[in-house]
Amino acid sequence: MTEAQLPAHLQYTAEHEWIDGSEPAVVGITATAADALGDIVYLELPEVGAQVTAGSVIGEVESTKSVSELFSPVTGTVVEVNQAAIDDPAVVNSDPYTDGWLFKVDVVETGDLLTPEQYAAHVGS
Amino acid sequence: MTDATAEQQPDRHSPLHDEHVALGAHLTSFGGWLMPLRYTSDLAEHRSVRAAAGLFDLSHMGEIEVAGPQAAAALDHALVGNLTAVTPGRARYTMICQEDGAVLDDLVVYRLAPERFLVVANAGNADLVARELVARAAGFDATVTDQGADTALVAVQGPRAEEIVAGLTDPADPAAADTVRGMKYYAAAPLALRTDAGDDAGSVDALVARTGYTGEDGFELFVPAGHAADLWRTVLAAGEPLGLVPAGLSARDSLRLEAGMPLYGHELDTTTTPYEAGLGRVVKLDKVSDDGTPLEFVGRAALAARRASAPARVLVGLKGLGRRPARAGYAVVLPGDGVEAGGAVEDSARRVGTVTSGAPSPTLGHPIALAYVTPELSAEGTELVVDVRGRAEPVVVVPLPFYRRPQQS
Repeated sequence: MTEAQLPAHLQYTAEHEWIDGSEPAVVGITATAADALGDIVYLELPEVGAQVTAGSVIGEVESTKSVSELFSPVTGTVVEVNQAAIDDPAVVNSDPYTDGWLFKVDVVETGDLLTPEQYAAHVGS
Repeated sequence: MTDATAEQQPDRHSPLHDEHVALGAHLTSFGGWLMPLRYTSDLAEHRSVRAAAGLFDLSHMGEIEVAGPQAAAALDHALVGNLTAVTPGRARYTMICQEDGAVLDDLVVYRLAPERFLVVANAGNADLVARELVARAAGFDATVTDQGADTALVAVQGPRAEEIVAGLTDPADPAAADTVRGMKYYAAAPLALRTDAGDDAGSVDALVARTGYTGEDGFELFVPAGHAADLWRTVLAAGEPLGLVPAGLSARDSLRLEAGMPLYGHELDTTTTPYEAGLGRVVKLDKVSDDGTPLEFVGRAALAARRASAPARVLVGLKGLGRRPARAGYAVVLPGDGVEAGGAVEDSARRVGTVTSGAPSPTLGHPIALAYVTPELSAEGTELVVDVRGRAEPVVVVPLPFYRRPQQS
């Protein structure tokens, strides 16, 4: 997937996460991040009930060759994690913006978020 | 993680660089070269090699010719193996060591003729190996020529490799295809291969060797760099109907790891001799000069002493019992004090070794790793723990290789 298909309804972070506008908000990683990692084999996600802080490391995304830290785009409480993705992380590569979502969070405060155009400029696509 | 000297030189490009870009490869820096890490998916490329075939660009490796009336004697002196004993048309896996026995590189040496050898070195060590061979061959009637810049190397690896490479020979010369099919493991022969899918239709004189680094059947094809692209396109055209895919360095690493093969810089480096890595068989302490006296080769005394003494550490295979792979550099610790099963690894945990390579195994479905541990913990079935970024991952010692290809009759 190329970032030519960057969803317009999402917001993004410089650390390659996306977040939507639902309540609770859904969070995932971008196609740029998933492509750079290669085949994702393991997800370390926050526990349901965990308090997360915008900009802090809250987990890991591990591929065959490397491990990337997962940052929280917002401050709030994690209310759900994607067990299907935990069980079969390949869905994050194939559908990073839909079935490959990672967790849902009740947002208290947002961190630094980028528009699709700002994120596209950030990754130089 | 890059050193200052590496940053001064831009990465070299393979003669196949444009092919990789056209195929959409994700490129990476390796051994001073910009090479394909993957084309599509690491796992898909790995599985294609096990199921059908993969095509690898290995043009970053070093090729050094050693030729002359005393070429064999020069190599017997420079390397730990017995190259005089290699029949023309055969190859030998061997190593070049320091005087103190430490490994400088692992090599495959092909004897092309009674007085002509081709030494293939790892990309990151190619310049060093060439310099050492020049120095060590001084005083022998032999020339050492670094041919790396002019040589391209592609590998076809997998159960369909024989069919694909046989199909690349001249259709008007059926004996050539027979040569491919009948070629023994670790044999090599010069053969003309078709390049008719390239811009410059025709053929190229190649050295075809039945060697590889995947644990599957396969061939390595050495050609002049100028013919590399034409050959690459021809192999892809011939192989794609049989399931051949281009495969990158990521798949190359997971394949060799499953096959239990060492990678220089991980299992072998200047802190190891061949013995710790379980490769003492490559050290031929019994090789003799023409007059029957023990042959003095570089590292002989130190290696003889190391062989005679108890090893301080042993290379083992580890099967991961959890989901998170061990990685190079991670600590191997004892279960017990300071280790909470499925939890944290404390400073009080007893360290007993170090992981040298680790990754998920696509074929076996669990993490695998190679590690150096103290000898009393090297028995099959020994339960250990790897500190994976602060968390305890249980592992067990298993025999190598992790994967062995099904033997055809």
